[in-house]
Amino acid sequence: MEKIYVDHAATSPIHPSVAEVMLEVMKNTFGNPSSIHSYGRQARRVIDESRVIFANSIGAKPTEVIMTSGGTEADNFAIVGIAESYQHQGKHVITSQIEHHAVLHTCQQLEKRGYEVTYLAVDENGQVSLSELKAALRDDTILVSIMYGNNEVGTIQPIKEIAEVLKESKAFFHTDAVQAYGIIPIDVNDLGIDLMSVSAHKLNGPKGIGYLYAREGVLLAPRFFGGEQERKRRPGTENVAAIAGFKQAVLIAQENTLEKQKQYINFKNMFIKHLEESSVLFHQNGSLENSLPHVLNLSFPGTDVEAMLVNLDLVGIAASSGSACTAGSIDPSHVLVAMHGKDSERIRNSIRFSFGLYNTESQIIHIANEVAKIVKRLTKV
Amino acid sequence: MIYFDNSATTKPYKEVIESFVKVSNDYFANPSSLHKLGGQAEGLINQARNQLAQLLNIKPREIYFTSGGTESNNLAIKGSAMMYKNRGNHIISTTIEHPSIRESLEQLKGQGFEITYLPVTSEGRINIKELKESIREETILVSMIHVNNEVGSIQPIREVGEILKKYPKILFHVDHVQGVTKVPLDFHECGIDLCSISAHKFHGLKGNGLLFIREGLRISPLLTGGNQEWTIRSGTENVAGIVAMAKALRLSTEKMEKELPNVVNVKKIIIEELKKENEIIIHTPFENSAPHILNFSIKGFKSEVVVHALEESNIFVSTTSACSSKIKTVSHTLLGMGVDEEIAKSAIRISLSFENTDVEARKVIKALQQTIQKLGRTMINNEV
Repeated sequence: MEKIYVDHAATSPIHPSVAEVMLEVMKNTFGNPSSIHSYGRQARRVIDESRVIFANSIGAKPTEVIMTSGGTEADNFAIVGIAESYQHQGKHVITSQIEHHAVLHTCQQLEKRGYEVTYLAVDENGQVSLSELKAALRDDTILVSIMYGNNEVGTIQPIKEIAEVLKESKAFFHTDAVQAYGIIPIDVNDLGIDLMSVSAHKLNGPKGIGYLYAREGVLLAPRFFGGEQERKRRPGTENVAAIAGFKQAVLIAQENTLEKQKQYINFKNMFIKHLEESSVLFHQNGSLENSLPHVLNLSFPGTDVEAMLVNLDLVGIAASSGSACTAGSIDPSHVLVAMHGKDSERIRNSIRFSFGLYNTESQIIHIANEVAKIVKRLTKV
Repeated sequence: MIYFDNSATTKPYKEVIESFVKVSNDYFANPSSLHKLGGQAEGLINQARNQLAQLLNIKPREIYFTSGGTESNNLAIKGSAMMYKNRGNHIISTTIEHPSIRESLEQLKGQGFEITYLPVTSEGRINIKELKESIREETILVSMIHVNNEVGSIQPIREVGEILKKYPKILFHVDHVQGVTKVPLDFHECGIDLCSISAHKFHGLKGNGLLFIREGLRISPLLTGGNQEWTIRSGTENVAGIVAMAKALRLSTEKMEKELPNVVNVKKIIIEELKKENEIIIHTPFENSAPHILNFSIKGFKSEVVVHALEESNIFVSTTSACSSKIKTVSHTLLGMGVDEEIAKSAIRISLSFENTDVEARKVIKALQQTIQKLGRTMINNEV
């Protein structure tokens, strides 16, 4: 049985050349970058070079890139960092109901500390409304955190328009671009983003590394205290090998971004076409427009998410109910609840397929066929 | 190449790298994913957690994976302080802590906490009596480094734990980053509530560490999100790094059991030779110090100059802790021990691994003697 992995939004396989780069660094560049001898300097060079690649990949300056242990830390850092640094200007934060838990739970923490948080609703495609954002903005709003592309349904938010709205406000704009980075070209200046979180393991890099982009001049109270690393904003001995691996992953992601986008969109269309042809009843959560090319979330009326996943797993297909980060449990997806209401059947019968490295057209057709079989079996009265 | 800077970081063991690569390639799934691949990744983390627990003589449930020593220390200090701030606002620590402790405490100071930094003797040890006297009604936490990273002095953790057993409301955190696999420490026997460990100090990989939190104890998280690590530390687990850390701890612990006498011997050889040099002052105490760390000054020679001179002979030592060696400040540990500032500016740290040999030790000594001669001559020439 061929194993097919279509859960790339949860995490992705390490690219062979990423593994190679990391292996080389682990073997030969093991020094502590803060050491003044050549081993240290060599390790420092790896970090400096990587930082330039990261900065260039989003049109930022190297000093605007702060390495973190991943997306969760970057999100926490951006939100709490701004909240603590600018509390004298106000204690109001705006976010959306469909953010990743690294954003939502962190905002809830802020609420416990006396901050006010507005959670913007989304439409049935999962998009926030610019007019609702405008209406929610207040004099004491210090931060707006809206994710770039949703991890469960793939919906892309109107980032540039949001930034446009915020121009007249003193609120900073943070976006969680963990799912979009590496898939969609991002220029922080063109888009007007002040802070942006990304993570390596979503783009065929290693786990345990990510970075936060923070526009020059933005004050960020650090989460960790200690040594002088990352210009005192993020102490701790740098994870040199992972940084080098991440750099390699970014370089690969930049190589043929548009071709990959086309390939994934083609996967989506094929998948849907095959399901339609096999006359299986399904709905797409979100839409094909304004969506991450690699994320497809489908609802199958009359089925149950757990039964679907188990059956898919049995035929070697690794898909997901939505966010992998709800640590093992299938809680109703907060994203689908926000889009369709808590009474909608969709929150109990939706599956996320997310594409990436090694997926092929024939795999997609195979998955569509297997899905059709399972759905028919599960919905047979 | 002679690498005598193992307190800054260690070379990962070959087997550790192999584990990392194998897990990265074959078990890349997200441990939170429900499918089989996710289950396999989760299984690997559980296995690593069990193995680490066994090696550390603690329960698997008491291990919380972090991104390293700095995060573990920050989580222990601030997680305790935030959780128990209603009990009191006083914390006791020492003047010779790692910056990740000191800076975390200084941050708490700004939030209404009071910190007592216990002074140390010229041997780099705290005085138990002073600890007793500094305990107050409002004391909620004592945080202490087990093996100091700069001079290697060992704190009387067992005695401190014994005293604190009479104060069940005071938490005891130990920074064990430099001690693990070099100076054994039984967390439960010593009454430790929280303990920090970092993988890259024992031939594991950078970016991985753990915090021991005694069963039943709850602290506030620093990072919130997907609720991994029983909600104490959110974020997709670094599966391959965690497996590699377990491997590194197993290999290092095995080596400790067999080869610790060799390390002691190498250090002894160096000490004996250094003692013969008039210009050299040894800062590391001869008793109650870790087997792998030796700190000394060559009078009149700036640390950096010596480090670079030795590097020409392919010998790698360091000036002070790597985390602060870029800023040209004098070692607060040495100053805390009462070392004269001028002498402290000449401090050199040698830190050994199980792989270092007596042959290497003799080469280093020879290179040091040559350095003193050569640099001494240039210094004299310059004066002329």
